[in-house]
Formats: sequence, C-alpha cells, structure tokens
Amino acid sequence: MTFKLPAIDYLALAPMLVLFGAACAGVLVDALVPREWRYHVQVPLSLVALLASGGFVVALANRKEHVVTAGSAVVIDGPGLFLQGSIVVLGIVALFLVAERRLEPGGAFVAQAAVVAGSEADRKQMRKPGVTEVYPMMLFALAGMMLFCSANDLLTMFVALEVFSLPLYLLCALARRRRLLSQEAAVKYFLLGAFASAFFLYGVAMIYGYAGKVDFRGINEAVLGSSNSKTLLLIGLAMLAIGLLFKVAAVPFHVWTPDVYQGAPTPITAFMAACTKVAAFGGLLRVLYVAFERSSWDFRPTLGVIAAATMIVGAVLAVTQTDIKRLLAYSSVANAGYLLTGTLSMNRDGLKYTMFYLVAYGFTVLAAFAIVMLVRDSDGEATHLARWAGLGRRSPVFASLFTFLMLAFAGIPLTSGFTAKFGVFAAAVGGNMTWLVIIGVLSSMILAFPYLRVVVLMWLSVPGDDTPTVSVPGAFTAAALFVGVAMTLVLGVAPNQALELVNDAGAFLR
Amino acid sequence: MCGVDYLGSYRLLGLLLILGAAFFTVAFTANRLLSRRAPSAGKNATYECGIDPVGGDWAQAQVRYYVYAYLYVLFAVESVFLFPWAVTYALDGFGMVTVVEMAIFVAVLALGLLYAWRKRVLSWT
Repeated sequence: MTFKLPAIDYLALAPMLVLFGAACAGVLVDALVPREWRYHVQVPLSLVALLASGGFVVALANRKEHVVTAGSAVVIDGPGLFLQGSIVVLGIVALFLVAERRLEPGGAFVAQAAVVAGSEADRKQMRKPGVTEVYPMMLFALAGMMLFCSANDLLTMFVALEVFSLPLYLLCALARRRRLLSQEAAVKYFLLGAFASAFFLYGVAMIYGYAGKVDFRGINEAVLGSSNSKTLLLIGLAMLAIGLLFKVAAVPFHVWTPDVYQGAPTPITAFMAACTKVAAFGGLLRVLYVAFERSSWDFRPTLGVIAAATMIVGAVLAVTQTDIKRLLAYSSVANAGYLLTGTLSMNRDGLKYTMFYLVAYGFTVLAAFAIVMLVRDSDGEATHLARWAGLGRRSPVFASLFTFLMLAFAGIPLTSGFTAKFGVFAAAVGGNMTWLVIIGVLSSMILAFPYLRVVVLMWLSVPGDDTPTVSVPGAFTAAALFVGVAMTLVLGVAPNQALELVNDAGAFLR
Repeated sequence: MCGVDYLGSYRLLGLLLILGAAFFTVAFTANRLLSRRAPSAGKNATYECGIDPVGGDWAQAQVRYYVYAYLYVLFAVESVFLFPWAVTYALDGFGMVTVVEMAIFVAVLALGLLYAWRKRVLSWT
C-alpha cells in the first residue's frame, strides 16, 4: 500500500488558517501579556484577523476558481465563499458587542468563571475586568464555522462541528451577572450538544456502511448506484439530520434554545443567533444539496413536517413569552422554520434565498440584541417585558430603532425581513412545497403578534417608576447597532446588490 | 435483500450477547434460590482489609486532578498521531513538508501546555 501526500492549496484555506493562527496567538497573548494590557491587545488582534480573513475571502471570490483541496476534505466554491464571507462580517459585528466595556465596568464577562457564584470571592471579583480568553475562543468558533460550511466530507464536517461547538459551550457560561443561570445554560447546551454530536457521528457510520465513502461526491454516486440496503441510507440520513437540526434549533430539537439564549451573556446570544445559524444552515444546505440531492423524495416530506412544526411551535410559543431574550429565542426557532422552507425547495432559488435570508436575519438579530444590552438598570439588563413598558417616552430614539427591527422580524415591506421571507416562500412555491408556504404565511401572522405587542408596550404604556433607562452605548455597541439597522434597511429597500452577490455565488461544487 | 446479508455477519455477536445475558440471569437466579440468608449490619459495612472502616464511603476527590487528566489525554492523543507519522515521513515524496506539518501540530499542543504553565496549573499547591 502506498501513501501519497495530499496537495494543499494554502490560498484557498487562507481565510480559515488566518483565524486559527490568530486564535493560537490570542492564547499566547493571554498566557504572556500582563493582565491590564490583554484587552487592548486581544481586541485589535481579533479585529485585524477577521479583516484579513475577509480580505482573503474577497480575493478568492474574485479568483472565480473553485477548488477541492486537502485530499478532497475541503471544497472552496461560490456558496461556500459567500457563507464564509457572511460569517466573517457577522462575526465582526458580534465582536463589537463582545468587546463592549462601557455599559458595565469590565464588560459582560466574568473575571474568574470557576469562582462559586454568589460567594464572597464572587462579590469581590464583580469590579474586575472580564476574561479575555473570549476573543481567541470566538476566533476558534468562527474558523470552525467557516470550515463547517466548506467541508467536503462528513468527517471533516464533524471535526468542524466540534471546533465551533466547544468554544460556544464555554462562552455561554461566562456571564458576569446571573451566573447560575448562565452556568445552567452552558451545561444544558453542552449535554444536549454532545448528544446531538453522537447522533451525527452515528449517522456518519450508517452512511459509510451504505456508501462505503464519507465524501459528498461518493455518497451522491452511491445514492444512485449502490446495491446496499436503502434502510441504512435512510437511518443514516435521519441521524445526520437530527445532529444538524439540533444546531439550527428546529422543533422538536429546539428545547435548549430559550434557556441557552436567556442564560448566555447577551453578546454571545447575538453571536449564536447570527453566526451559528449561518454555519448550521450552510452545513445543512451542503449535505442536502450535494450529497443527498437524489434522495430528496425520501427526506422532503419528513423535513417538511419538521419545518412546519418549527414555524408553528416557534410562533405560538413566542406569543406566550414575558422575557425579551426568550421571545427572541423563540423567534429564532420560527426563523429556522422559514430557512428550512427555503432549504427544502431544493432548487437554485432555494439555495440563493436561504443564503440571503441568513445574512438579512443575522444583521437584524445582532442589532436587536445590541438594544437588549442597552436597556438596563443597576441590576444589569432588564429583560422582563413588563420593564420595557413606556420605553418609547423615556428614549424615543432607541425605541424607534427597536420598533424598526421588530417590523423587520415581522416581515413588513421596506425591511430586509420582507425581501428575505418573500424570497424563500417564492423559492418554495417553485419547488412544489406550496403547502409549506401556506403554513409559513399563517405562522408569520401569528408571529407578528408578539413583535407588535412589544412595540405597543414601548409606545402606548405609561412609564412606571421601575422602567429602566437606556444606557448611552459605547463606540463598539453603537457601531454594531448602526451596521445592523443600516443593513436591515438597505437589504429591504435596495436588495439588488446582495441578491446579485448570492446569484453570482452559483451552485455548490460537487 | 442485501440488508439481511449485511447484518448476517453480526449473527455470532448477537448469539454471544444472548448467551451472555442468559448465563448472567441463570447464575444469579440460582444463587438467589439456593443460598441461605442471614443479613447483619457487619456485612453491609465498607470492606477495608479486615480493619474497622474509618469514615464514610462517600469521599471527595481533589478537583485539581482533572487538569492532569486533561494534559494526559492531550499527549496520549498526540502519540496516536505520532506513531503512524513516524513510519511514513521517511517515504518518497513526504520529507520536509511532513516534518514541518508535524512540528506545527506538536507546537499547537505545546501552546496548550504553555498556557497551562502560565496559568499556574502545573504547580502543586
């Protein structure tokens, strides 16, 4: 048996390699640089790394040469590059939120996570600056997400899944306030995530049993010509889907979402809602469109039912929420349903508009969580909806911005939410999934109610004594808020350039 | 019906599992039926080489051991990759590139060790 060294196209891998390298450098910074300097080194380092990575993505997109590299483990194609680019851009905005230290002395993260919550030592560290390990962990997660979107076989995909999941589990546990809730969220997320990973891995084993290969091209050929029992294929596909649907938070694998979104530090919640969603749907799109396209008759009805359940359950439960972070969590579940609708249309438009939806939703949700970070009293963020009553009279500017974002979530025309929803529904009609579109439109009507209730609460209620003030944002949060709101408006009013971009991305390379 | 054939190779394993379960059940049921029973408090005490037990059996382990377990796993996994590398790097067409790649891999692990050392987890307090 002879081995051959696989050829590696380093330029094609550069966007990810830059981030991995910067993350390792970030670990070094945390080990060697004096404590008071770390924040001032880590933030520019992460920002420069993300900008460099984005630059490489743009350069690769201009090269217009699609490659399969590293022994066919990684594929760099149009949609992959688009998803990588959106992960980088959304990651930069999320980094702004993570780096914010003006709202709270020391930032949103705790100084020493291992100190028992509520103890004497915990009260003492309240004023200390937060951990700076969050920056390398975020870079690791972002690089893992990018690899997840451009993996060309199931094993690389699994490694990437773990690379971006493990930092997220840790990041969830690092909230400065409400530590117990944050730690509970992290443990829940970790246990359920590990369970989902096990399902994914078992699915990989089944698919290998069926196809004798784990790369997407090999699986695609096997679906057409393999003489093995189809049961193996179906079991494997179902288990892979469970692993992936857990990450996208589809019903009935959504139960972790509200608890984790509520418990995690708000910048991390925003990061998960925007970037993890892009990565998870990027992976799901590639698996379904490249590897299993030919068995779409088998999975479309089942996944269609899951998409319908996701939209309805997400919308109905969002109505009953009394906490703004939980409300946004259920809204994220319902949005996963709309994204699944686009994904399941299984045509060019489906791919195009699902990718557009991911970007549009990412910017809106980042801006929404930026405002959640701003509404606070002496006890930290005031997330209970009752506390938001009458906010419109106290600070009309931020209440208007939040109203605009809520309207975008509800899918009102002239916002990015309308363009994106219209796109995925049109694609689904083109893909003969009209019944799903009908459920989607109905659930959108239900979902508009909780959004509009927040708007009514802010503007038409009289502010009480305990209505919190909206803090003046630091430069970082202001930048994130501005970018998020501006993109929500631009993608709604003039979406042509972005649509051209997703159109130019073309189809997946097989 | 390839499925039957495919799973057929597991027939022996299935048989072994059934036999094992049956043996276990039979042995314990027989013991329960045949033995005489004379319970006493002494029989339920923790066994400590014939000496009277000191304290309870619910002891706390030192949490600091987990870091050492982590570091051990780190380098155990490293050796798993080092062995196959050691037999291939001298082959034709491998050479310097492979050495550099492995050096990067080990450097990443060493980075973890450096971090642990700087965070003073290696000093015994």
